[in-house]
Amino acid sequence: MKKEYVMGNGAIALGAMAAGVNVVAGYPGTPSSEIIETISKYNNGDIHLEWSINEKAAMEVAAAAAYTGARTMVTMKQVGLNVASDPLMSLAYVGVKGGMVVVSADDPGPISSQTEQDTRLFGSFCKIPVFDPSTPEEAFEMIQDAFEYSEKYKTPVLFRPTTRVCHGYASIEVAESYDTKKHGDFEKDSSKWVIFPRLSFENHAMIEKRNPKIGADFSEYKYNSVRGNGKKAVFAGGISYAYAMEYLKDKDDVKVCKIGTPFPFPEDFVLRVLEGVEEVLCFEELHPFIEEELLKLVGKHHLNIKIRGKHTGDVALSGENSSESAREVISSFLGLSDSCEQIDLSDMPKLPVRPPVLCAGCPHRASFYAVKEAMKGKKAIFCGDIGCYTLGNAMPLDMVDTCLCMGAGITMAQGFNWTHDDCTNFAFVGDSTFFASGMTGVANALYNEADMILCVLDNSTTAMTGHQPHPGTGRNMMGDVVDKISIQSVLEGMGVKKIETVDPLDFEKAVNVVKECAEMKGVKAIIFKSPCIAIVKSDKKMTISDKCINCKKCIREIGCPALITVDGQVTIDSSLCTGCGLCSHICPVKAIGGECNE
Amino acid sequence: MNKDILVCGVGGQGTVLASKLIASAAMDNGEVVHSAETIGMAQRGGSVTSHIRIGDEIYSPLIPKGHADMIIAFEPAEAVRNLSYLKKDGIVIVNKQPVKPVTESLQDTGYDGVEMIEYMQKKCECIVVDAKSICEPLGSSKFFNVAILGVAVGSGKLGISKEWMVKQIETRVNAKFVEKNMQAFEAGIKVVQ
Repeated sequence: MKKEYVMGNGAIALGAMAAGVNVVAGYPGTPSSEIIETISKYNNGDIHLEWSINEKAAMEVAAAAAYTGARTMVTMKQVGLNVASDPLMSLAYVGVKGGMVVVSADDPGPISSQTEQDTRLFGSFCKIPVFDPSTPEEAFEMIQDAFEYSEKYKTPVLFRPTTRVCHGYASIEVAESYDTKKHGDFEKDSSKWVIFPRLSFENHAMIEKRNPKIGADFSEYKYNSVRGNGKKAVFAGGISYAYAMEYLKDKDDVKVCKIGTPFPFPEDFVLRVLEGVEEVLCFEELHPFIEEELLKLVGKHHLNIKIRGKHTGDVALSGENSSESAREVISSFLGLSDSCEQIDLSDMPKLPVRPPVLCAGCPHRASFYAVKEAMKGKKAIFCGDIGCYTLGNAMPLDMVDTCLCMGAGITMAQGFNWTHDDCTNFAFVGDSTFFASGMTGVANALYNEADMILCVLDNSTTAMTGHQPHPGTGRNMMGDVVDKISIQSVLEGMGVKKIETVDPLDFEKAVNVVKECAEMKGVKAIIFKSPCIAIVKSDKKMTISDKCINCKKCIREIGCPALITVDGQVTIDSSLCTGCGLCSHICPVKAIGGECNE
Repeated sequence: MNKDILVCGVGGQGTVLASKLIASAAMDNGEVVHSAETIGMAQRGGSVTSHIRIGDEIYSPLIPKGHADMIIAFEPAEAVRNLSYLKKDGIVIVNKQPVKPVTESLQDTGYDGVEMIEYMQKKCECIVVDAKSICEPLGSSKFFNVAILGVAVGSGKLGISKEWMVKQIETRVNAKFVEKNMQAFEAGIKVVQ
C-alpha cells in the first residue's frame, strides 16, 4: 500500500480502479474532468478509457459494456446528465449486469456552471440509487460500495460529488496496482435487453417493489450515520455535513445525522434517529431533498416532529453553503449565540474586480474582433456557446449575445434568422463543442434552408476544462494517435457550400472572409484555426515605439490583459504578451511592432 | 500541529505550486493535511486561493472565516480580499507588487496596491515583501512565489522548518529550476532574519 495525496476527483478515480472498473467514458466538465485524467495517469492499458464525444455517447458505451458483466463508470458534470438523460432513463428500466456507476458532479454556487440543478432529484426521477460523498476519503470508499450495490440490484447507480469534494485534496491509501474485473460475453436475450412497452411495464413494477428493499439495505449502510444525543437533530449530506461538523464537532447534546444515500431514502435508519427528537434542521445545498424526504416520512408515520430547513426559510434556497452559513443557521436552531472572533473589516477599501478574461494572445480574441470589424455598422446577432469563448461577452469585445447550453448557438442563430429579415446571424462554436453537439445543428440549418454564418473557433483542444483531446486532435485517452476528424470535411460532407478556413491572426484576410460570407445566402462556415495559446507557448513579444500617441485605442478595442497603462502610458506587459500582433492592426499610428506571430 | 494557511493571488502567479510545497512538507512530517484549490473559469486572470488545513480534527475543506493562522498573498488586493479568513492574531505575508486587472486599464481607478498594504498594516501583523527586488539578482521574477514562501518559513510562524521545505523544493520542483528556486527561497528567508 502507498499514500497518495489526491484531489477528490482523483480519489473517485482510484476508488473505481480499486473496484476493478473495466470501461470508463465521459465528457469534460468542471468540476468532474480530473476523474478521467487520473485514471489515464494510472491506467496500464487494461481499462478502456475514453473521452466520448458527449455524455450521451459515454452513457451508451458504458451501458453496453455493463450488459456483459463488466464494471463501468461514466463521468460528467451535472448539465452533462441532461444530455445523457435519454439513455439513463431507459437504462434504469432495463438494468445492467456488471456494476455501472454514473458520476454526475453538482456545482452549488454555481461556481462554473449554467445551472444549480440537483443530481439527487435525477436519482428519484429515474428511480435509481444515489450516493453522496462528504469528503474525498469517503468518495474513495463509497464509489467501491456503489459498484457493489449496482451489481447486487442490477441497476445503474448515481454518484454525485459536489465541487468542494471534487476539488478538495486528501491522502488516500491505495494499492500498488489494481486488477480489472473478469467478465463474460454478452448473453443475448431480447426479452431482457430490448426495451418495449411490455418490458417497461413489468420492470416499472419490479423497480417500485425493489426500491424500498434498497432503502432498507441502505438503513444499515455505514455512510448513513448519526452521532450525539438530544431532542434536536441536524440532518446533512455531502459537503454540508462537513460544514455542519466544523461547528458541531464539540457538541454532544444534539444529534448530527449524515445521509450518504439520499435515494432510496434509508427510512428505517432515519426513524431510529428520530426517536426522542422533537425538532430537526436540514442543512443541505441545492434542492431541499433530505428535508422533503423527512417531511414525507413524518407525514407517513404521523410523527410530531418539526422539520426546518429551506421550506421554513432557515436555510438559503440557492447558492452554496459554507462553514459560516452552517454556524449561523445551526447556532440559531440550537438557540446559541453566533460568536466568532474576527478582525473588523467594515472599512475595507474598494477592491479591484477580476472577472475571468480571454488570455493574452488567445486566438478567440482575434476571431471575435475580425467579425466585429467586418460587421461594423451592420445589424448582426452573435450566438455564443459553452467554452473559453463565452468570455468573448466581456467588454470591450462584447461579442456574445446569447449562451444557453452546449451546441445551442448554431440552432439559435437559425431561430433568429426566422424572426429577423434584416440581420446577419452568427454562431460561434469551439472545436470540441462542435463534435459534442454542433453537427446536428448544422444539418438542421441546411435542411431547413436557414441563412447563417457558422464560426468554428478551432484551437485544437478543449481549453476551458483543462485541454482534453477530442476527435479533431488525433489523440485519444488510450494514448493512441488516431486519424483526425476534419471539421472542414464534416461540413463538406453535410453539404455546406461555402467553407473558409482562415488564421484569425492573419487579421485583414480574416475580416475580408467574414465580409464575403455576410454577402451570401445560405449556410456559410468560417473555420478560424489557430492553436490555444496556453498550449503553444510563444516567446515572441510586441513592443510600442515612441510614435505612440497614447490614444489607448488598443486597450479600448480588444481588452488584452497584456495591454496595460503604467503611469498613464500605454505599455505592453512583456510577461504576458505572446506576440499575437492583433494590437498592431488597431493602432492608428502604427506604433506597435515587434516580433509577431503572424 | 493545528494550522490553517491560506495562499492567494491572481491566476498564473503560482499559488498551486506554493500550496503543494507546504502541504507535502507537512505530510512528510506525519501531519494530516487537507487542501482545496480554485479550479476552472477563475484561473483565467481571476482571483485564486488555496486553503491548506493541517491537523486531525478537520471537517471543512475550506478554512472557516477568522481561523487562518497565516495568509500568504502574492498580490496586495488579494490579501485584503481574503483577510476575513485571518485569525485576530494571525499574520499576513504579502508581496507589494500589484497586478492590475484588465478592467483597470479600461477605466483607470489608480489601483497600485499601496492603499491595500496600508489597510492591512492597520488591521493585523503584516510582513510586506518586495519580491521583485528580492528576485532581481536571480535574473528572473519567475520564482517570486518561492521567495515569498521563504519569507513565510523564515518568519517562524508557518510551522514548517527550513529543512523540511528545502527537501520539498529539491524533490517536487522541476529539476531544471531547483537551483533558481533554492536561491529564491534562501533570499526570502534572509529578508526576515
